[in-house]
Amino acid sequence: MAKSIEMDPKESERFSEGEISLQQQRVRAAVWFLAPMLIMLFCVAAWPLMRTIYFSFTNTSLTSLYTGEWIGFDNYLSYRKLSSGRILWRGTLVDPAWWNAVWNTVRFAVVSVSIETVLGLVVALVLNAEFRGRGIVRAAILIPWAIPTIVSAKMWGWMFNDQFGIVNDLLLKLGLIDHKIAWTANIDTAMMSVLIVDVWKTTPFMALLCLAGLQMIPRDIYEAAKVDGVHPVKVFFRITLPLVRPALMVAVIFRMLDALRIFDLVYVLTPNSAATKTMSVISRENLFDFDKFAYGSAQSTLLFAIIALFVSAYIWIGKVDLGGRGAGR
Amino acid sequence: MTVLDYVKSTAFYLLVIAIVLISVFPFYYAIITSFKSGTALFQVDYLPTSLDFENYIKVLSGRSFPLNVLNSIFIATTTVVFALFLAVTASYALARVHFRGRALLLMTILAVSMFPQIAVLAGLFELVRFLGIFNTPWAMILSYTIFTLPFTVWVLTTFMRELPMEIEEAAIVDGATPWVIVTQVFLPLMWPALVTTGLLAFIGAWNEFLFALTFTASETMRTVPVAIALLSGASEFETPWGTIMAASVLVTTPLVILVLIFQRKIVAGLTAGGVKG
Repeated sequence: MAKSIEMDPKESERFSEGEISLQQQRVRAAVWFLAPMLIMLFCVAAWPLMRTIYFSFTNTSLTSLYTGEWIGFDNYLSYRKLSSGRILWRGTLVDPAWWNAVWNTVRFAVVSVSIETVLGLVVALVLNAEFRGRGIVRAAILIPWAIPTIVSAKMWGWMFNDQFGIVNDLLLKLGLIDHKIAWTANIDTAMMSVLIVDVWKTTPFMALLCLAGLQMIPRDIYEAAKVDGVHPVKVFFRITLPLVRPALMVAVIFRMLDALRIFDLVYVLTPNSAATKTMSVISRENLFDFDKFAYGSAQSTLLFAIIALFVSAYIWIGKVDLGGRGAGR
Repeated sequence: MTVLDYVKSTAFYLLVIAIVLISVFPFYYAIITSFKSGTALFQVDYLPTSLDFENYIKVLSGRSFPLNVLNSIFIATTTVVFALFLAVTASYALARVHFRGRALLLMTILAVSMFPQIAVLAGLFELVRFLGIFNTPWAMILSYTIFTLPFTVWVLTTFMRELPMEIEEAAIVDGATPWVIVTQVFLPLMWPALVTTGLLAFIGAWNEFLFALTFTASETMRTVPVAIALLSGASEFETPWGTIMAASVLVTTPLVILVLIFQRKIVAGLTAGGVKG
């Protein structure tokens, strides 16, 4: 890796007071180069995030964004004592719809990432092998990834259609079901249909990342294992898997983050379905559809907090792990 | 070859065929559906049965779909050009100049790309209304930088790191300022990276849904994903599947062709951040 250009201290001392050293000149230029980008990021990321968090502590409404009053944690959790003595808890943290959304999101994320990792690894192993037509397969798997999410949702929505859908038709013909199923509307199957589409769409991405990891493994190792007569299954679990793990872990973490934030697919494929509403969907619903702007802001903030926690946990675990294994290597 | 080898070989090729079929079938089915109209739509056919262009004519002569396509093209192109411009200079600073806090800055930029879009939606809505750009393409161009910028900076920084030191040293000896180094020495070398990053960012901006849905109010201002998602028929209960499929095919085919042409570069770009990272 190319190092950056630095001068050693003695050399820079040789410049007279009037001249600036090369290093200083470069740092000064770097500041100018970075400033526009950083200002832009502040305007579109940091500032709106702070405003959302601020809104969550107020009672702002959609129609009058600037007349909200500070109400503290009320959007999150508040209680009121009724005259009958009963305590009434309110706020998003005791809202069953919110926790349903959290559960949907976590369930979706864990299941989809697991399936996508396993299937992605399988596809990557297939692509890693040398066979005729490999180029066609690699091109073919790029197609689900290239199709816009909304289009995928509509395409699969059509295939999952309960009256005219090809999925019902095929399953009926194969005798696997005895009546047409409303895949996207039925509470029991809605999440499954979302998972199927997401797995179809994202496995190619996982497969490509796994393939890149697999291709970094030197062929000599496989040849040595072959010479030693090691069983292919053992080769996979003892050699391939440990060596591809770093790439796999990076892919998993990125996918996990994406899965926790999911909105498009759920919104378009299974609109208004309590079985699939994720945290993003319910937040937007409160923000714009129900005109509970501050409430929706609170939910958005909670989602942000969850993701931030997740990322921090991953970094922390990663550091601890590296420290432990680094000593061994 | 033994019998076992034949069995293994057949199983492998069956798996290959399954993978290809599953990947391609939904798009294929969308295409054959788009060529059906009227009652033919209500019949399930696995092979093409009609070649009726009615749906395509409906879409192309429709009220606003062509306009939506133009909106998407304009927004995606502008966002990408803007992001690339900011990212090229920023990535030089991040990759080639040593300064304190550089690693932390890189981590922060990466962290921004992990923001859930919904978390900034409320704040961005306020900002967009404040700037008076609600229901204009500029609302999208502004908000898309939240994901195009970190992505382009990250990938271009990775590429810049790999450029040889000698060229830069030679340029410095010749008295080049950092600006000259970036524009005249490195930029020509970065073309492949710029194309790949630009293409990936373009696809990301093209497909974006949440911001486009929230910041547009009129049909003519919509982008393609929103238009397709909200395509409705004459009555509330009629979903115009034929038209939806035609619109989808129209929009997806150029993307698929682009992706297939730039396969290798795209794969390299996607894995650059992930594997080398």
